Amino acid sequence: MIDGKIQIAMKLTLAIAQINTVLGDVEANLDMHLGLIAEAKKGDAELIIFPELSLTGYVLQDLVPTVAQQPTDDDPVFKQLLKASRDMDLVVGFVEEDSRHRFYIAAAYLSGGKVMHVHHKVYLPTYGLFDEGRFFAWGDHIRAFDTRFGRIGLLICEDFWHASPPYLQWLDGADIFLFTSASPGRGLNEHEKLDTARWVERVNQTYASIFTNFVVHANRVGYEDGLNFWGGSTVYDPNGELLAKGPYHEAALTFATLDLNQLHRTRARLPLLRDERTHLVQSELNRILSK
Amino acid sequence: MINLKINTDLTRKILIGFIKSEITRVGFSRAVINISGGIDSALSCVLAAEALGPENVLALKLPYSTSSPESLEHAQMVIYQFNIKSETVDITDMVDPVLHQDLKMSKVRKGNVMARSRMIILYDRSEAFGALAVGTSNKTEILLGYSTLWGDSAAAINPIGDLYKTQVRQLARAMGIPNEIIDKPPSADLWSGQTDEDELGFTYEQADKLLYLLVDQRYSPEECLEAGFDKNFIHKVITRIRKTQFKRMLPPIAKLSNRTVGYDFLYLRDWGS
Repeated sequence: MIDGKIQIAMKLTLAIAQINTVLGDVEANLDMHLGLIAEAKKGDAELIIFPELSLTGYVLQDLVPTVAQQPTDDDPVFKQLLKASRDMDLVVGFVEEDSRHRFYIAAAYLSGGKVMHVHHKVYLPTYGLFDEGRFFAWGDHIRAFDTRFGRIGLLICEDFWHASPPYLQWLDGADIFLFTSASPGRGLNEHEKLDTARWVERVNQTYASIFTNFVVHANRVGYEDGLNFWGGSTVYDPNGELLAKGPYHEAALTFATLDLNQLHRTRARLPLLRDERTHLVQSELNRILSK
Repeated sequence: MINLKINTDLTRKILIGFIKSEITRVGFSRAVINISGGIDSALSCVLAAEALGPENVLALKLPYSTSSPESLEHAQMVIYQFNIKSETVDITDMVDPVLHQDLKMSKVRKGNVMARSRMIILYDRSEAFGALAVGTSNKTEILLGYSTLWGDSAAAINPIGDLYKTQVRQLARAMGIPNEIIDKPPSADLWSGQTDEDELGFTYEQADKLLYLLVDQRYSPEECLEAGFDKNFIHKVITRIRKTQFKRMLPPIAKLSNRTVGYDFLYLRDWGS
């Protein structure tokens, strides 16, 4: 801290833990998390990002109530994660049960032994192969939050298939987006990537470009019954350039070093944030919503 | 636009990963597959061999007395080329006592008895070999219901069930399955001279294109008509899909309690693994 302000690092070395999970076995997944945190530490990572529902697995269905946590110091799972976060910032995916026993798909940012932020997934896909709305409650906050690396926007999978959550977090001050997914691969054709991979990469690169932000996407791998999770985690810089990429369909720990001064250089050239007319957006939204 | 081309490298990677994951996570390391000499079972066998190692795959050749010798030769070609373990069991002695109970038995009934006898051997050897049964039904057959329920449709996992027949051919070619097997007319070989396409009344190539529009692209029958398909053909295919829905699901359980298997007792097979 300098003069009561958070001193922001100039560089951030992060690791994306592109993992497979054991479906419904929190203890086994926690062990895997702790192992990878140790490995990321050896690679000098200051932040490690795990995918959506990394502590539980994805297609939980009736397992949801049996795998839920509270992100607090007295929770046996979070106790260990909070301890690990004293040395390295962590993003983990889990099921949160609130005090009134609603279950959320959640992601927590832990740092210095504290929970800095918890995001509840606000868009629950309930169509096609997805059935999240049947088992989970909808989150109702979209907030950015401060970290030692700057202000961050944390979203989960379908949240960033919609343009509004990244947009709101950008306006709320987020310069770094951390997106987590458990994205089932689909759309096989003659391309060398599945349609889902092509779509997600295109969208994340676009967010990096139009918001002049860093965009980090952590996706999982492995199979749950017939579903395959395609990995391919990415890091884009504020120019929309790819900084790092995980392999498709294979577990990996992918490192990237973000030069946070790139925000300064890109936005000096391209002042999209400065020129964003939020009051115009607000008045037009008011008009549209009052119809 | 109808484009059924697939990237065979990507398909291969996903399917091999699937077989490996879904067999090993439940404590197995081996697969058993009924190999007929046709393209579908050849492809499932070769995928399993690549996923688990050929020494961990048992291919079962299960001829009946009227089975075409060519089918057996083709099955043997795959076994030899890919160095897969195999066993031959002649099912004639299992099948004939049932067939002799009714001399007026129709071809369909006889075919069903043969398919279900092969299923019995498949599951018996899965226990003996400590393996899971790998299925060989493709997406075209599954959607058209062109299978014997609890017969050739029975398996623990199915790697090729989301590939249309024309896509199976592409992947089979990429994996080096002999052209004789890929290019011959598909047949269940349940009686002499039987071919799938004669029995269905249309070719797989036609069916695949229409199914792609109806199922994958969610076209209405009217839109398929506009796309150039024959009205009777569209009707025939849609009727087949609807009438064979029962073959694509477990038998419905009459719901009585608050929690019933199949409705609100929902867990993946991979629960806990």
